[in-house]
Amino acid sequence: MGMEGIGARVARKEDKRFITGKGRYTDDMVAPGMKHAHFVRSPHAHARIRGIDSAAAEKMPGVIAVLAGDELAADAIGSLICGWMIHSKDGSPMNMGDWRPLAQTKVRYVGDAVAIVVADTKAQARDAAEAVEVDYDVLPAVTGSIDALKDGAPQIHDNAPGNLIYDWEIGDGAATDAAIASAAHVTEMKIINNRLVPNPMEPRAALGVYDEGEDHYTLWTTSQNPHVARLVMSAFYNVAPENKLRVIAPDVGGGFGSKIYIYPEEIVCLWASKKTGVPVKWNCDRTEAFLTDAHGRDHVSTVKMAFDASNRIIGLKVDTIANLGAYMSLFSSAVPTYLYATLLSGQYAIPAIHANVRTVYTNTVPVDAYRGAGRPEATYLLERVMETAARELGVSPAELRKTNFIREFPHQTPVIMCYDAGDYEASLNAAMAVSDYAGFAARKAEAQSRGKRRGIGMSCYIEACGIAPSAAVGSLGAGVGLWESAEVRVNAVGTIEVLTGSHSHGQGHETTFAQLVAERFGVGIDTVSIVHGDTDKVQMGMGTYGSRSGAVGMSAVVKALDKVEAKARKIAAHLMEADESDIVIENGELKVAGTDKSVPWFQMALAAYTAHNLPAGMEPGLKEGAFFDPANFTFPAGCYICEVEVDPETGKTEIIQFVASDDFGKIINPMIVEGQVHGGVAQGIGQAMLEAAHYDPETGQLLTASYMDYTMPRADDLPSFQVSTTETACPSNPLGIKGCGEAGAIGSPPALINAITDAIGNNDLTMPATAERVWAALRSAR
Amino acid sequence: MVSVSMTVNGRTVSGQCEDRTLLVQFIRENLGLTGTHVGCDTSQCGACVVHVDGKAVKSCTMLAAQADGSEVLTIEGLASGGELHPVQAAFRANHGLQCGFCTPGMIMSAVDMINRHGGKLDEKTVRAELEGNICRCTGYHNIVKAILDAASTMGDGTRVAAQ
Repeated sequence: MGMEGIGARVARKEDKRFITGKGRYTDDMVAPGMKHAHFVRSPHAHARIRGIDSAAAEKMPGVIAVLAGDELAADAIGSLICGWMIHSKDGSPMNMGDWRPLAQTKVRYVGDAVAIVVADTKAQARDAAEAVEVDYDVLPAVTGSIDALKDGAPQIHDNAPGNLIYDWEIGDGAATDAAIASAAHVTEMKIINNRLVPNPMEPRAALGVYDEGEDHYTLWTTSQNPHVARLVMSAFYNVAPENKLRVIAPDVGGGFGSKIYIYPEEIVCLWASKKTGVPVKWNCDRTEAFLTDAHGRDHVSTVKMAFDASNRIIGLKVDTIANLGAYMSLFSSAVPTYLYATLLSGQYAIPAIHANVRTVYTNTVPVDAYRGAGRPEATYLLERVMETAARELGVSPAELRKTNFIREFPHQTPVIMCYDAGDYEASLNAAMAVSDYAGFAARKAEAQSRGKRRGIGMSCYIEACGIAPSAAVGSLGAGVGLWESAEVRVNAVGTIEVLTGSHSHGQGHETTFAQLVAERFGVGIDTVSIVHGDTDKVQMGMGTYGSRSGAVGMSAVVKALDKVEAKARKIAAHLMEADESDIVIENGELKVAGTDKSVPWFQMALAAYTAHNLPAGMEPGLKEGAFFDPANFTFPAGCYICEVEVDPETGKTEIIQFVASDDFGKIINPMIVEGQVHGGVAQGIGQAMLEAAHYDPETGQLLTASYMDYTMPRADDLPSFQVSTTETACPSNPLGIKGCGEAGAIGSPPALINAITDAIGNNDLTMPATAERVWAALRSAR
Repeated sequence: MVSVSMTVNGRTVSGQCEDRTLLVQFIRENLGLTGTHVGCDTSQCGACVVHVDGKAVKSCTMLAAQADGSEVLTIEGLASGGELHPVQAAFRANHGLQCGFCTPGMIMSAVDMINRHGGKLDEKTVRAELEGNICRCTGYHNIVKAILDAASTMGDGTRVAAQ
């Protein structure tokens, strides 16, 4: 490892612009002649639209246009799609209801877009939007998934009887039932995974610019995957063909999944720019974000885990109902199926697993992937059950896990996944050592003497990252391939540009991707620029989610670097009249091993472009591209331990320590990886203790639609974290990377709830474990 | 419409805006200083923190007209002569930012915090003082570290160093 190579704790290149106020986010963009948009949104959770009268609004100051769904439909703009086909267990395809970018006949959640107002200023657009008269015939609404499946529930989409989207299963039901029937012990639980709002700090925004002279569109947008946005808007939404549509995702202020999807506003701003002849910018209020950004989680499950007499798990049966909201968002169908149920084996050797998943429509905003996407739900369910089973069986939580750990790899689970590498006991032992698990009893006694209740809880998670290989996800219903592309351009002066289809919205790619080049060629990272987020610059890419930038995106860069290196070696060997196999590249020079002959990197690059003296038949220039499609998912895993102290008088929980021990495989920049874990753990603690989206069950109004009502984790809610790593290399990509973006949010909620339930002596506790809920659970345990 | 005039980052500026224009809108839209961000509608998130007459203020809680005649410092004016302010340098050195959106407000709040407490900050105080700034990326771990680092660098001479 060099000073800036793989494994170096390099400060980030991109920081300078962010700490000096020079970051460039979508809402900072200004186009000549730009006007401002505000959306007219449904105030009702479920209603028929009888009519829209925009006459008064159109006469308001500054108003350029008020456009509604009929005009959008007349221009043949398509409906929003879900890109992952799931079939029910009876073989029928999922029931995808029609989602118009601007609702025409019916609105299905509070916030459903009905019309767009374009005006000179944002304030004028907002004023005029209030003057648009929409005549609604209000219908009964349903917001909870259990209620939506009941007889007589309001019917949300005509083609989804009983609001059922699909009824899907995985695993061997008969074998699992037999295991449960023969078990020495069965632990049964009902598990609720609370609904969350992702809340990246930058609200969504879009700037659509139509160029009439070129019949060309440009969209600036807050996206995690601009190329997918272009593909979908071109192939399905009929906005423009790909060669006439440029999508740019500049600096993006966090995503956490919520900026994967192509939302109605982006489509409508582009279309409205053509309709009005002016660039149209929309940016989202925070309340609008709460109402319209895709939410996460919202599962209700029952689970039975069966053990034999030696405490080995012999079967696991899960029944889950997942709320997908009013429409099927882009990847929504995959989250409670292939990103959830395929992880139900956890870190354990379980011979028989069966999971049944029903997804339902409700009158709530669509639910899709949020940091972890299905894997937090699987981990929470499993790790709550494991800790509970340990208590019921009277064995230590660590011992029960060790008894059941998978220890040989590759390991084929009964639910599709084949784990390629790991050492789960190493992570567990490391976390127990850092947390001084052995000393807990003494700390508990000390707390007791002060009238406080101490508890400790653990969680051993596994996740699947990379979301590839393409052929595998295709066979499971994915509408796209999930490879990644890269291009490495060596300029004539030796500086290097790396173009990647991955997108950075906080992950630090401009630094870590440059570290790959520094490692390979010994050049400084300041001579390397990372280019991403613009469909005119980068040919194609699948974007960043599922912790895939390292495992898949960087691997594509490595493949391109291989090709650049091969050509560079040929050029250097030719220049020095040496054998290609004797060339070594280090410290920015190409040397002939065992001699004092060398050519500086820049000189080799210049030779490639002057082309005065290249090997016979070689093309000039030095630029190579590559696509990488992995052999398997990657499987990060780890152990989290949380220790809490509960005040029995108030129910307030203080996190005394939070210990994370993760196996992410090879790590490029430990500083950045630790930062990812910190942020993930904070979101997981938020889910477990603070956050929940609450809809009023009668009216369907979102009651938690601002930072005054939805509890975002603040600095004084959290401790500093103790983060460390163990390492088993991932065999499925050239760098051995597993991915680290989601682990914190996946592993932490069960650790915290296991700790609180241990402290209060009552296992019946639902997330978020607010002081009120903890106090009530403590009282009922007495 | 109202005429406002103020000093922003040492430069006298004036402009016309609607009466209801917030200071943050004036800064972003009239002056084109887009480093100050808007992350919520309810003055909770702190992405818009600037200094008005030497005090940290959420620029979404104040009308531009109310800042008439004031001295305003935004994130763009914090570094001087190409040299990063110690708080800016500490955020970079300690990886106190990821997506960068909350960062300008965090840094402006941190400068104000260190000015008020000098080098006597501890973790508990920093966490309590950050109540008005929300970050979704970092879990605050490295932000707290960065502020403590900057406070110790700036020491007791903080008020002078910051000005």
